[in-house]
Amino acid sequence: MLKDITLGQYFPGHTLAHRLDPRTKLLAVVLYIVALFCAKGVVTYAIVMAALATCILVSRVKLRALTRGLKAVYVIVIFTAVMNMFFTGGTPVADVWLLRHITFEGLRTAVFMVLRIIMLIMGTFLLTYTTSPIALTDGLENALSPLKKLHVPVHELAMMMSIALRFIPTLIEETDKIMSAQKARGADFESGSIFKRAKALVPILVPLFISAFRRADELATAMECRCYHGGDGRTALHVLHYKAADYLVMIGFVVLTVGVIVLARMGF
Amino acid sequence: MEPILRVENLTHTYSAGTPFQRNAVEGMNLTVMPGEFLGIIGHTGSGKSTLIQHLNGLLRPTSGHIYLDGKDIWAQPKKIRDVRFQVGLVFQYPEYQLFEETVYKDIAFGPGNMGLDKDEIDRRVREGAAFVGLPEDVLHKSPFELSGGQKRRVAIAGVIAMEPKVLVLDEPTAGLDPQGRENILAQIRAYHKSRGTSVVLVSHSMEEVAQNVDRIVVLRDAHNFMDGTPRQVFARAEELERVGLDIPQVTKVALALKRRGLPIDTAVYTVPELERELLRLKGGAV
Repeated sequence: MLKDITLGQYFPGHTLAHRLDPRTKLLAVVLYIVALFCAKGVVTYAIVMAALATCILVSRVKLRALTRGLKAVYVIVIFTAVMNMFFTGGTPVADVWLLRHITFEGLRTAVFMVLRIIMLIMGTFLLTYTTSPIALTDGLENALSPLKKLHVPVHELAMMMSIALRFIPTLIEETDKIMSAQKARGADFESGSIFKRAKALVPILVPLFISAFRRADELATAMECRCYHGGDGRTALHVLHYKAADYLVMIGFVVLTVGVIVLARMGF
Repeated sequence: MEPILRVENLTHTYSAGTPFQRNAVEGMNLTVMPGEFLGIIGHTGSGKSTLIQHLNGLLRPTSGHIYLDGKDIWAQPKKIRDVRFQVGLVFQYPEYQLFEETVYKDIAFGPGNMGLDKDEIDRRVREGAAFVGLPEDVLHKSPFELSGGQKRRVAIAGVIAMEPKVLVLDEPTAGLDPQGRENILAQIRAYHKSRGTSVVLVSHSMEEVAQNVDRIVVLRDAHNFMDGTPRQVFARAEELERVGLDIPQVTKVALALKRRGLPIDTAVYTVPELERELLRLKGGAV
């Protein structure tokens, strides 16, 4: 059950999408999102969609893995679609009952909005599927390092993020284990009133918190033993270097975004 | 005699449809007889933990069936909780599942979920605690004040208190010192003797299993590898060694003697047995 959560899971691979510098991928995703939000009509959407399709093909991530990530947002997608369908002004679809409130413009917006959400999620998931959490935080730290001048604790934030990411699967596994152990003693999480179900969580949360604190404690000790003292003067094992492919991909995405913005302005 | 638990052609696939897909258990068969003390042995990743989580319906088979008293446990998925009361499962490092304010309340969690009345719960809690050798005064302490070994006993008592027909223990001695190991094993033996219910002991230590059980099932790479009495299994000691499984020290000695040309029976696993075997050889040689 909990194992189905793939949020931010990394699928190792050796494709171009995996080898790119994480900073390039971060920039590409930002540009992609800008393009996605600027897209207005069929042509611009098609261009962005084509870009996404190319990336998916290159990365060889299975479409099923990407769509599974959408499970979490079904409700939002449906809600958005329905809202847009009913509350956009314009020409009604037909003059009968409910259809009177649905406009052609509303349908159009609904389709575009749904596409936008799905593509937004797929694009960002593609990033986490092809980039290991470590590479991602390294990239983020590096990309944000100019902010250090403004006394933003970039390194500490990146470290917190990588520790958090590192422990998500561990904690999920731990939760699974504790749930199984309590189920083996007859705990019931699936039936009863909301109040009863909330109460049923206590046997999971107490051991989970205890183990999280224990792990945090152990990790702090282990880091101290290895003389960790924050970001000052710290060097990296994997120094990030842009390669030719990185520049090409960056140029590609800049062209994509600028192109989409221009086309959208022209009304496509 | 009818087996109390029967696993038939069980296969379980994890992460189906992702690059991480793998069969943790493949076409496995297993029977547990009433009153039997069964040992399950295998390396990390041989499918032990996956197998035993099927015995009480925590995992649902990808294919295959599990029968408890001749009835398929998944015939009525809504009733799976009843199966969990009849097949008590003690997980590895069970001390991490403790959550209540007092030891008493924690042991009472299982029986409480069964819907028993207060007096019955009280009787079971005290009996369960006695089985694992917890003194009365510990019952009203917080489980988090106890030592590691004591916490583990509390967790085992919590499952024993459900009075299951089959008690399954996954590596109950992991991470304990030798004294603690022997204590827990002695208590499990005593429990088995006085209750007469089936006990399944999962372990990766041959030594531990050899000293305690009536029958051993050896798992390897998600499959059954061997199944028999300790004598039958250790008669194939060389095979066990070849696939990298540990064998009891006594058996190792016998095996080494055999390699040096002594016509010794290697299916021995306790010191008195080896002694008898050696005396027999000596008597025969004269």
